[in-house]
Amino acid sequence: MKIFKAFIIIFFLLFFNNLYANENSQRNEITKNLRCLICQGQSVYDSDSDFANSMKILVDKKLDQGLSEKEIYIYFKEKYGDWILYDPGLNKNTYLLWLLPILIFVFGGAIIFKRSIFKNN
Amino acid sequence: MKNKLILYSMILIFLVIFAVFYKSLKDTNIYTPKAKINNDIPIFSADLLLLRENLTSTEIFKMNEFYLLNIWASWCAPCRDEHPILMSLSKNNKLNIIGMNYKDNKKNAKSFLDELGNPYEKIIVDKNGTNSIEWGAFGVPETFIIYNNKVIKKYIGPLNQELLVEIQKITK
Repeated sequence: MKIFKAFIIIFFLLFFNNLYANENSQRNEITKNLRCLICQGQSVYDSDSDFANSMKILVDKKLDQGLSEKEIYIYFKEKYGDWILYDPGLNKNTYLLWLLPILIFVFGGAIIFKRSIFKNN
Repeated sequence: MKNKLILYSMILIFLVIFAVFYKSLKDTNIYTPKAKINNDIPIFSADLLLLRENLTSTEIFKMNEFYLLNIWASWCAPCRDEHPILMSLSKNNKLNIIGMNYKDNKKNAKSFLDELGNPYEKIIVDKNGTNSIEWGAFGVPETFIIYNNKVIKKYIGPLNQELLVEIQKITK
């Protein structure tokens, strides 16, 4: 009997561990990167406003149509502009945002490098 | 020499930060998407509110005619305010007014029109709000002027007397 019980437990562990509570992970991934325009400061994923709910439905619809994640971002960007994305691409408005960390890193590195040479001398 | 350099760069950094903060102080932090014009209208099909029909966008919007698409709902207070403007625009026979009923209850929508009059030639239903997102709208009311399947003008928020004059001028 004990063996039978253990067997059942193992059976359940093995065969039901692939049931996800979260079935639409790709949709969630995408809506987390979309900004809700009504409730600004929240993502579409976090928000429960009318607008956000419609956006979720539309994202589902676009995924069903076979659009990729990138194509969906482009689609929304065309309608609402860069602001709708939490992760905006590199363009003339955002180049400072993208390049500043790299510049600071390079400058900082140069200073440290120079100092270490001074010290060695 | 070195001290002076540090002082000047400190002042420069301070000024830059001051300028950025001062500018941001006056900016509004509520974003409204830029009214993109000369965009092609989306392709869709939708049910009508008053008739049992399903129309596609090409059946609704024909070439060489002016269309006004108004997104409205019976629960939206500004829609009530702008309704008289739409009523007077409906007398303009060069302009076809199309309504889009946004996330509304059919019964409420009908009593709204019974009470205030129906300026719309056709009313399409947007039950789950996806169609208005296809149009790039994010609330009610919003109004689009369409000519040759292109959006030539977009108004976010209720129409007013000034915009009425502007729309009349466009369609002349």
